[in-house]
Amino acid sequence: MIEFRDVSYGVNGIQVLSDLNLRVAHGEILVLLGRSGSGKTTTLKLVNRLVTPTSGQILVHGARNDQVDVIRLRRGIGYVIQEAGLFPHFTVERNIGLVPKIEGWPEERIRARVEEMLQLVGLGSDLASRYPHQLSGGQRQRVGVARALAADPAILLMDEPFGALDPLTRDELQREFLLLQQRVHKTVVFVTHDLREALRLGSRIALMEAGKLVTVLTPNEFVKSPDPWASAYVRAFGDGLEAAANRGAS
Amino acid sequence: MNLLRFFVQNHTQVLESIGEHLWLVGWSTFFAMLIGIPLGVLIAHRTQLGRPVLATANIIQAIPALALFGFLLPVPWLGDRADRLAILALALYALLPIIRNTYAGIRGVDAAVVEAGRGMGLTESQLLFQVELPLALSVIISGVRVAVVISVGLATIAAAIGAGGLGEFIFRGLAMVDNRVILAGAIPAAILALLADFGMGWIEKRLRPQ
Repeated sequence: MIEFRDVSYGVNGIQVLSDLNLRVAHGEILVLLGRSGSGKTTTLKLVNRLVTPTSGQILVHGARNDQVDVIRLRRGIGYVIQEAGLFPHFTVERNIGLVPKIEGWPEERIRARVEEMLQLVGLGSDLASRYPHQLSGGQRQRVGVARALAADPAILLMDEPFGALDPLTRDELQREFLLLQQRVHKTVVFVTHDLREALRLGSRIALMEAGKLVTVLTPNEFVKSPDPWASAYVRAFGDGLEAAANRGAS
Repeated sequence: MNLLRFFVQNHTQVLESIGEHLWLVGWSTFFAMLIGIPLGVLIAHRTQLGRPVLATANIIQAIPALALFGFLLPVPWLGDRADRLAILALALYALLPIIRNTYAGIRGVDAAVVEAGRGMGLTESQLLFQVELPLALSVIISGVRVAVVISVGLATIAAAIGAGGLGEFIFRGLAMVDNRVILAGAIPAAILALLADFGMGWIEKRLRPQ
């Protein structure tokens, strides 16, 4: 589905990513987990060519992504970012219907699709005429997902989509996203620095550190992994819970 | 009282001058937008061009108006008609605020929004016309607003080269040492400037994204 072959990327003499080799299988949620600056967002942006690699190749649907039309490539890939990146001057309806519109769908088909997408992400159709600033953070993020899915792309790129939400809303959206994925079955690349989110959503977790891919593990393997980086994450996660428990005890 | 009588007696002439004044300001602002907005868009995307373009506009701005009118007078086609020349000179002065605000407006659009659009497969021109320009519009209009207010004032000087406008009263009044005549030009010019400022301010507010 997506394949990175010996991909490196550097800018201004700084090596952001080195020798990345990774395959994302059809219908899986591959989580890129790592600290800020580990290269996970860059990896994501390589897929839709927002970033061009210094060397190596990226294959999308088996074809090198630098040999297809970049606009076609991007319209076939859903893109969700933190704070959703909604257009503030467009209503919810226009935001969701944007790619169908520029793809030249007829007006009624766009409207029906927007309606369907709103329903899919659990929003009422009364929100269609609102502007993004009139929505809550959780609603905005749902609209972001709806917009990315509108033209029915096979691939979904998500860059910390739930990062700016409060814990309860985040939990709700993660749960819904898993249910949604069971229905739409997209190939998802999901960037996060949150281990809990990675364990919960990922089919597999690709751990990144300082521009290198450390290891790729299933959530189950991850928590038991002897890998020093993976166990550091698990320990930091566990410490948090333990510390909280101790504070409660004393 | 004297002044009021002067206005009443000369009202056709005053109205005519206001018309000429608006003609000069209207066309010069139009040309300044025609050149300034695309230039502002260009330097917002090719930032290395920003410095030379803004510096040039700055230098033009620094030339005294009377001198600029004088410089342009011998230019062949332009010098034939005074209003042509005045429109060009006024347009040159109006460039700086328009270029600068277009540049600032486009640069001020949330980079995440632009990147989201690019990532979704908008072409560069779709990004410009559907995302960047609409979101920068109120800032661009506020540049035009500054340009118009400057132009209304500067256009009075166009009378010095015979381009008409409200400046005619001012120059004539100065020559005749008659304050009434000066004010017959100065008061409408001030009112025009205020109206332009108010009107453009209203448009700007309407266009500001929430």
